[in-house]
Amino acid sequence: MGDIKWACTERLNSDPMVDVSVQNISKTYDEGTVKALSGISFEVEKGELFGIVGPDGAGKTTLFRILVTLLLADAGEAMVNGSDVVKDYKEIRSKVGYMPGKFSLYQDLSVEENLKFFASIFGTTVEENYHLVKDIYVQLEPFKRRRAGALSGGMKQKLALCCALIHRPEVLFLDEPTTGVDTVSRKEFWEMLKRLKSEGITILVSTPYMDEATLCERIALVQEGQIMSIDTPDGIIARYPDQLFAIKSDNMSGLLRDLRAHPEVASAFSFGEYHHITFTDKQKIAEGASSFLATLSHHNLEMHTITPTVEDCFIQLMSHDGR
Amino acid sequence: MDAKNIVISAQDLTKQFGDFTAVDQITFEVYGGEIFGFLGANGAGKTTAMRMLCGLSKPSGGKASVAGFDIYREPEQIKRNIGYMSQKFSLYEDLTIKENIQFFGGIYGLSDRVLKEKSTDLIQQLGLAEHAHTLVGSLPLGWKQKLAFSVAIIHQPSIVFLDEPTGGVDPITRRQFWDLIYEAADQGITIFVTTHYMDEAEYCNRISMMVDGKIAALDSPTALKQEFAAETMDDVFFQLARQAKRKSD
Repeated sequence: MGDIKWACTERLNSDPMVDVSVQNISKTYDEGTVKALSGISFEVEKGELFGIVGPDGAGKTTLFRILVTLLLADAGEAMVNGSDVVKDYKEIRSKVGYMPGKFSLYQDLSVEENLKFFASIFGTTVEENYHLVKDIYVQLEPFKRRRAGALSGGMKQKLALCCALIHRPEVLFLDEPTTGVDTVSRKEFWEMLKRLKSEGITILVSTPYMDEATLCERIALVQEGQIMSIDTPDGIIARYPDQLFAIKSDNMSGLLRDLRAHPEVASAFSFGEYHHITFTDKQKIAEGASSFLATLSHHNLEMHTITPTVEDCFIQLMSHDGR
Repeated sequence: MDAKNIVISAQDLTKQFGDFTAVDQITFEVYGGEIFGFLGANGAGKTTAMRMLCGLSKPSGGKASVAGFDIYREPEQIKRNIGYMSQKFSLYEDLTIKENIQFFGGIYGLSDRVLKEKSTDLIQQLGLAEHAHTLVGSLPLGWKQKLAFSVAIIHQPSIVFLDEPTGGVDPITRRQFWDLIYEAADQGITIFVTTHYMDEAEYCNRISMMVDGKIAALDSPTALKQEFAAETMDDVFFQLARQAKRKSD
């Protein structure tokens, strides 16, 4: 056992491009009855923007807490920026920035005091790394004497990001930074992440929003403590096993019922304006969709082939897992 | 959808906090059996408006009635005659499925006899008969959601308010939840729903979009996309929310 462990650590350290390495990490709660993570493994390269995409309860927060050394795994190993999350936890704490999903700053310190506090406990000053947080902090500046607890949700989030960045971390962990945030603010937040990435900071970000997956360089799709797929967003989409069609009619809820009951339809899910469907017999549908459409008694039917989204892939992988 | 049956009617509804106007003279109607999407950026005034419509907050000005009751004079009647569900406040995790149904049914004033019948039927319909005595905390998220929704409409309200009911939920469960919404709407229950998922905006009959405390647009998804020359609802939302002068919190 000792040999294997040594060999493993050696291999991980030997690749200078790997900044985060996770090997067979498992974690259970409540004396093993709740499985949060079931043997997951992946690597993140230096300077990469890596997304952990999955719903509530997928294990995203547990994973982040293990990687920032706030929680011990039951089994498995992990390295962050060349340090082991168990043995070298002190080094890791000074090298990572962590923005938890739940607001965790000092509510009764002001905006300015929080930022100064985080800079000083990491042995630096606000001035030294101000360029990193400048774009975000200027939006907070009008409220710098306001207590953090009295800030609105969007402002709290911006302050939390500043505090996680002020010591110029090597690796930044952002746990669901955009949950509950509207699409406009979400877009702004992702623009901010791209700028940080250009500074060479490795970023791990978790999100339940599938549409954000395409903004990452690589993503892991997670569900119930397991990774279903890891790749670039394009790579994940390219692996979608079927030809996907978009279909609509005048009566969308009726159409969905009819499609689900149709013997030639393998899967049917609503996707906004259209339903996305796959067929049991790919050959037959390739020869002509009109005979299929004739079997549906709907008005203004329209159907065309489409490229799957990451959400289509997620649904396909979940269904494949036997749900 | 029945345009003659008006379930919500708001006229110049306004709420001020000091010199800040959170909701600024909004006027709209919601019809019986309609799925009405109530959208807007963070800080646009959605929550404040919704609290007034639920009888939880007194307006500073304007008029409104919900389910036939006046929001100034009859807030208690409103609370009794609407359903409400959010992801944050839904069920008691340390009560069983049956206990939760009985608790909420009791709060809504159902008699013991009706409640007994209802809870058996509901548990049966949800396919949870074997789990009636399981603590809600240990249920999968999808089940909890279905139960929370069923409990929110256990007293057969004419309207149910859903505040981001699908946040953080996996894509299959999210869609199953919308199946429930359609079913309820088919039974004539009006649905008033907020969401950050723009594909869900497409599932609504009509959508209102709040910007800086005002209703900046209100129409069907198709008409809105036409009006804004947009491919998707995401684009409509983006064009509207970008006009906001009030800093999004």
